[in-house]
Amino acid sequence: MTLAPVDWVASLGRATLNLCRSTGAVVLFALEGLSHLVRPPFHPRLFLRAFMEVAFFSLPVVGLTAIFTGMVLALQSYSGFSRFGAESAVANVVVLSITRELGPVLAGLMVSGRIGAAFAAEIGTMRVTDQIDALTTLSTDPMKYLVAPRLLAAILAMPLLVVVADVLGVMGGFLIGTLKLGFSGPGYLKSTLDFLQVMDVVSGLVKAAVFGFIVALMGTWCGYTSRGGAQGVGAATTTAVVSSSILILALDYVLTEAFFAR
Amino acid sequence: MSGNNLPRIRLRGLRKAFNGKQVLDGVDLDVMPGHSMVILGGSGSGKSVTIKCILGLIQPDSGVIEIDGRDVLGMSTREREEVLDHTGMLFQNGALFDSLPVWENVCFKLLAQKRITRAQARDKAAEALAGVGLDASVGDLSPAELSGGMQKRVALARAIASEPRIIFFDEPTTGLDPIMGAVIDGLIVDCVQRLGATAITITHDMASARRIGDHASMIYKGRIVWTGDAAKLGETGNAMVDQFARGEREGPIKMELRK
Repeated sequence: MTLAPVDWVASLGRATLNLCRSTGAVVLFALEGLSHLVRPPFHPRLFLRAFMEVAFFSLPVVGLTAIFTGMVLALQSYSGFSRFGAESAVANVVVLSITRELGPVLAGLMVSGRIGAAFAAEIGTMRVTDQIDALTTLSTDPMKYLVAPRLLAAILAMPLLVVVADVLGVMGGFLIGTLKLGFSGPGYLKSTLDFLQVMDVVSGLVKAAVFGFIVALMGTWCGYTSRGGAQGVGAATTTAVVSSSILILALDYVLTEAFFAR
Repeated sequence: MSGNNLPRIRLRGLRKAFNGKQVLDGVDLDVMPGHSMVILGGSGSGKSVTIKCILGLIQPDSGVIEIDGRDVLGMSTREREEVLDHTGMLFQNGALFDSLPVWENVCFKLLAQKRITRAQARDKAAEALAGVGLDASVGDLSPAELSGGMQKRVALARAIASEPRIIFFDEPTTGLDPIMGAVIDGLIVDCVQRLGATAITITHDMASARRIGDHASMIYKGRIVWTGDAAKLGETGNAMVDQFARGEREGPIKMELRK
């Protein structure tokens, strides 16, 4: 069946309105969640629990991702640069790529899969089993109890994870560079440190904080608005991971443009 | 109006529609202080929506909700929270927080309001659990480790731990065997009488309705169609209520079945 032009326009209009409505709702949700960070009462125990979940329990997956990425990066850049006789730039490329881009982006994507999904599933289950309504009847604001501690935990934990990812990613490149590609250890480290600037690390950490916020926001939003039992919770979990992953990649471009575009 | 005649809960013209479907179509209801009101009605008749509107979990489209003569729909968030501080709710499925042990579930409201310390909460939880016939050792278990009947009793302990003036019970015996249902009903009656609270129970379990309620109302198609003495259910003279109470297929209430 073919749609008349007016139907196409109507469909496009509906989709645009839905997008605007959803975006507005997410922004209001985020603002309300953030506003609870400065309004008592606070829930330090819930913050610490969420912080441990994001920072400590995500360390293995983020660490492994970083170290293998550093190793692959060293191998690939050596193989590519050897065509131009630029093998000596391997250490520089590894450290810049890891600190500026791959550390925060890959950590963000890994945490999105682990934490974003967990937040959406937990809060979604609470929604469909009336636990969120129960919070309200027990004199507790669900936004303050469920959303604000998770937002703060992810914003603070992600930069710490990315520091670890940066170190392990560079170490992965160092291992391949010295054990397989024939670089000297001190020479590789000197190249790494000489070329690295404070801004490279700072930009990565700012990105990490933003990505942490996005992961927690989409996880909590999708869980909080989930409907329809187990199927709804499953859909919320998928949406949380997909939407936060896409937002991470899109915001990575925006932040890179803001930091480094001349 | 004198203080004695002021209903604790007063609903007038409460209306709520979902996606064009009129669920509440002008609910009028008075519940006097200390009364135990049972709201009867079939599935989808608007029972749960009514109490969720009173609790502020659902915003009605129009109508009046007064608690102790104060219009709650016109209140600020802070004022609404103060009203909620004096209410308790037993959810149909318990709605216990599965991330917390039982003792923390029971004393959640008291801890949230900082009325007691965590150390005191353990003792208070043990006391509340004893009140619903559970051993203090249950306090250290997770809700997932409890049977359905035990979860209901823990949820009841949580609903009354803060000694509320108004308590709502949403299908308290659903999913329980008849004996456990009677046990829960007995506990509800004891707790409500001990606290001197006003209670609203929604159910379609007639035995439970007679045990818990001193007054009853029936909701049908989003309206209250009868209010009277709970003891007379089945012999009210109202054809709809009597059909519902006796569980008869034939009568003015027609089930909407697709052919």
